[in-house]
Amino acid sequence: MDPMSLRDISPDAVILWEWRGLSLNATILFTWAIMAILVFASWLVTRNLSTGTKISRWQNLLETTVSTMRKQIREISQRETDRYLPFIGTLFLFIAVSNLFTIIPGYVPPTGSLSTTAALAISVFVAVPFFGIADQGLGGFLKRYVQPTYLMLPFNVVGELSRTLALAVRLFGNIMSGTKIIAILLAIAPLIFPIFMHALGLLTGLIQAYIFAVLAMVYIGSATRAQHEKEAPVEPPSPGKERAKNDPRKENRKNG
Amino acid sequence: MDSLTWIGIASIITSGLTIAVGAIGPALGEGRAIAQALSAIAQQPDERNTITRTLFVGLAMIESTAIYCFVISMILIFVNPFWNHFISR
Repeated sequence: MDPMSLRDISPDAVILWEWRGLSLNATILFTWAIMAILVFASWLVTRNLSTGTKISRWQNLLETTVSTMRKQIREISQRETDRYLPFIGTLFLFIAVSNLFTIIPGYVPPTGSLSTTAALAISVFVAVPFFGIADQGLGGFLKRYVQPTYLMLPFNVVGELSRTLALAVRLFGNIMSGTKIIAILLAIAPLIFPIFMHALGLLTGLIQAYIFAVLAMVYIGSATRAQHEKEAPVEPPSPGKERAKNDPRKENRKNG
Repeated sequence: MDSLTWIGIASIITSGLTIAVGAIGPALGEGRAIAQALSAIAQQPDERNTITRTLFVGLAMIESTAIYCFVISMILIFVNPFWNHFISR
């Protein structure tokens, strides 16, 4: 039933199909399956969008998701831009969906493999200088590394590398520990207890997706912010933010 | 006893110790962080969103030390390099 045995620590070891040195492991298969599902579902929903007051429930789902992600990104980056939404949103959706699909029997989350999480972390590692240089130019971006003094240069560089490692290992460790605990419980108490750990795994998976996206956004934000902070007091507050702050009903609804 | 037995004993004991000690520190740290965040939210409920987000990010940072310990103990049990080295000889 479960394709991953107790002895396998990573879904990379589960070889499903092999042909002349090309091997298809569970990580690759489920990664592509999730990508296909995400693309196909988005295409299916956005095929006929309506701008009227009556919208389909799937459009409602996508609109809520996208607007929440946009709001969070704007709060963290403290600027009114949609520039980071494609990257951060893709990271969040991919990790969240791949973690939530663990309720399907026979499915192995690809985020429980160190290769997937390392790929995601490296893409964040590349995106930070990309957005930073696009925002402040090469000199402005490199100046951040020697910011207080030149003595801080090695620490800043090591910090950049170690936080990428931490990003990869954190996601891998959380998801891998979830699947491993369920596998161990299935071996010793298979009746009811794995269900509770599965439910906990769903919660952990969603929180980890949120944390991964928020951390990526914080890293990108810290690379692009230096210039912005000097300008911040001059800028007039945007009308959208003011309204949100002054509207007490909105806060209450979120509480309930 | 041959070297394989010694490696087995050392790996099992070390992995247990690793996860035991590695769980204590982050647990204390996360408890303190949550207690501080709760009192901060109680004092300033308006800033709840910012505090909660910062709390989550901070918890993830603290928790990663526990995760490192867990990964190391898993490596010691499942894919122990020394064990594999002596098995393959």
